[in-house]
Amino acid sequence: MKMRPESESELAEMIRAADAPLSVVGGGTRVWWRAVDGVDLSTAGLAKLGLYEPGALTLVAGAGTPVETVEAVLAEKGQRLAFEPPDLRGLLGVTGVSTLGGVFGANASGPRRVQAGAARDFLLGVRFVDGTGSVVKNGGRVMKNVTGYDLVKLMAGSHGTLGVMTEVSLKVLAVPEREATLVAEGLDTGAALAALRASLGTPFDVSGAAHDAVTGRTLIRVEGLKGSVDYRAGRLKEAVPGPWSVVTGEESAALWRDVRDATVFAGGTAPVWRVSVTPGRAVDLVSALDEAGLAHRALYDWGGGLIWLEISGAADGGAADGGAAVLRAAVDRIGGHATLVRADMGVRAKVPMFHPQADGVERLSSALRARFDPRGILNSGLMGRSAMPAS
Amino acid sequence: MEMPAPDPSVLARKPDLVARLRQVLPEGAVIDDPAETRAYECDALTAYRCAPLAAVLPSTTEEVAAVLRICHEMDVPVVPRGSGTSLAGGALPTADSVILGVARMNAVLETDYDNRFIRVQTGRTNLSVTGAVEADGFFYAPDPSSQLACAIAGNIAMNSGGAHCLKYGVTTNNLLGVTLVTMQGEVIEIGGPWLDAGGLDLLGVICGSEGQLGVVTEAVLRILPKPEGARPVLIGYDSNEVAGACVSDIIEAGVLPVAIEFMDRPCIRATDAFSGAGYPDCEALLIVEVEGSEAEIAEQLEVITAIARRHNPVELRESRSAEESAKIWLGRKSAFGAMGQINDYMCLDGTIPVSALPDVLRRIAQMSGRYGLDVANVFHAGDGNMHPLILFDANKPGDLELCEEFGAEILKLCVEVGGCLTGEHGVGIEKRDLMSHQYAPEDLEAQMAVKDVFDPKWLLNPAKVFPLGVSSARRRMDMAAE
Repeated sequence: MKMRPESESELAEMIRAADAPLSVVGGGTRVWWRAVDGVDLSTAGLAKLGLYEPGALTLVAGAGTPVETVEAVLAEKGQRLAFEPPDLRGLLGVTGVSTLGGVFGANASGPRRVQAGAARDFLLGVRFVDGTGSVVKNGGRVMKNVTGYDLVKLMAGSHGTLGVMTEVSLKVLAVPEREATLVAEGLDTGAALAALRASLGTPFDVSGAAHDAVTGRTLIRVEGLKGSVDYRAGRLKEAVPGPWSVVTGEESAALWRDVRDATVFAGGTAPVWRVSVTPGRAVDLVSALDEAGLAHRALYDWGGGLIWLEISGAADGGAADGGAAVLRAAVDRIGGHATLVRADMGVRAKVPMFHPQADGVERLSSALRARFDPRGILNSGLMGRSAMPAS
Repeated sequence: MEMPAPDPSVLARKPDLVARLRQVLPEGAVIDDPAETRAYECDALTAYRCAPLAAVLPSTTEEVAAVLRICHEMDVPVVPRGSGTSLAGGALPTADSVILGVARMNAVLETDYDNRFIRVQTGRTNLSVTGAVEADGFFYAPDPSSQLACAIAGNIAMNSGGAHCLKYGVTTNNLLGVTLVTMQGEVIEIGGPWLDAGGLDLLGVICGSEGQLGVVTEAVLRILPKPEGARPVLIGYDSNEVAGACVSDIIEAGVLPVAIEFMDRPCIRATDAFSGAGYPDCEALLIVEVEGSEAEIAEQLEVITAIARRHNPVELRESRSAEESAKIWLGRKSAFGAMGQINDYMCLDGTIPVSALPDVLRRIAQMSGRYGLDVANVFHAGDGNMHPLILFDANKPGDLELCEEFGAEILKLCVEVGGCLTGEHGVGIEKRDLMSHQYAPEDLEAQMAVKDVFDPKWLLNPAKVFPLGVSSARRRMDMAAE
């Protein structure tokens, strides 16, 4: 059975009337959400494009609006979603169409996170229906807004557990005149990550800093006006020594799409994690996996602050938890969090998708969920310590 | 401005409260002499004053926790205070409250250039965060105009912005982690030097919660490498409409200046007379600043001045030296001082969609005639964050009330055109009762639900943010619980 409201009021009625858990679905591309028990509730019917003001850098749209639709509308005016939402269909082996609600619900941010900010930083306003069926709005369509509490941030990354977003307003940015990427092949991971951190410490406004340890390729991106990009690419080559060559235009863009979407792990089935750490601690984290004999492949983004990890097995042949015990213990030691992005049902049955949180944070978070969804019907059990994967 | 009547039972317990606070704080950290508590009777919204029951100045997170535990147990309201620079009355005490000042907690705890963060105690001033890292080529981006005095604690509470947030964002975009002490005295770490705290974005909702969810004692802030250089250009127009159109065109062209500031004629005249900045006498003035190397600055200014010229400016002045840059900024930076010289003023900060700018300015001018009060406009045009300054005479009976009425009408207009009541100053007590114009009861209920979770007794910074009538049941519940 599937519910597909065509309006916000219809959605509110459905939630009020619901007597069983609901699995909130945008375009169905973030398949791990579906590990939730319940009737599918699709936001695909809430896909109306609203006001787009290129001169104000703002756009309003229904939460079910496909990201592709929005990107096409923006491209006509030379603008884009600057937080570079990842397209994980290849990684997860699914089809479907990513929606705005899904992207913001997951706070899904790409390589430009280090410079432009996360998805949550571009979300200016939301309308949502909470777990009681009450319609709530927060924020607006202006860039600066401190009127009352910032529930917009709270909704971003809440994975549908506090409410179902119906409409979002967001900040967009112009597509720069030029992009250029410094590419180096064959750097070892330690040297590559040191180079990335050094580049982010220069005044040259680096908008991407990644190292693919699988192919041994290191990337540093700058964007802007043509002269400025050429200047900064040149200065970066001096400031961060290495065997750099420079690519521009579509060739550069293609490299970053692969980083954004973790394409290097596409097509496989081994568990994949997305780990956020202090950039300088990335090497420590991966060493902990080596010490535990956990075979893995890594893609580093955000200057090392984001590690995509594919766990291929353990020396003793057993990694039935997808490496969760070893990885999460290491993350707890150095600080950060690890999210299970891809795994088979066997692993999911044992491992919560989100990193378990410290007591105080967990208590506040679960109390918030209980307030916004007192019956526990929205993506129930997806987040928080009670999170038990679907059977 | 109505504030709830102080709770007599709390007032009666003052000796007991002060004695208990003295047990957990060092000598000199508890202030209860009425002659001294008067120092905390207001913040930068000086029209409203009320001395607190007592003030405490803890030096550590543990001391903050101890104070909050005592106040929680004794049902005493607590008003957190950074440097007291709020323009919205965010740190205004009630007579039955304890002011918790973080001014003594101003240490830098950790500086990490490799990972581009600084960890500070939140009593540290905004500018001194940059001061701690600028010799090494870094800075902390949010730059509220009170940055010399205002504390990071207050910046986090109000989600402060500044002139340069068009490019770098406001506090929430530069805050990586906090140490939060809840009203119950529990110490909670949220986030850290990595990007995006996991789970629900508690950091996002704490930032901008006006000290009502907890007391933030330490913060991990993102620091950025300082750009190679910066340079402004001054552009004058003979109409607000044209200046507004120029702003939109610059933004749409894809150059992202670090700042686009806008002044209208009353503001230009006042600031020029005050500062001798040498501004042209025109209807609207834009200051657009870009950053980068010399060549990059030139490249960006070429695009910007080409757009500006298409709109036939009456003046277009590109800075050619550091002195000229300083002169261009001089008037803008002294705008508030200049206004204060002429008159008492009330500063609003409603935010509107950039496209609504000319219409809103026209309607404010009409209102100004109707109320008989002058208004000067100076604002961050790139993001639509207005700062209408309404001039009034505090010594003239009824003028303050008239000014507040005028201000409220401007803010309602901001909401009507698709904007909001406050872009960076916060709600405090000043805009508290206007919240119902922007938000429906369900919207406010959702926000208050968050407060219920963090501070079930509603003891932290009470009677702020939410209209008194809307929050009264919850605040009474707290009283009834005694």
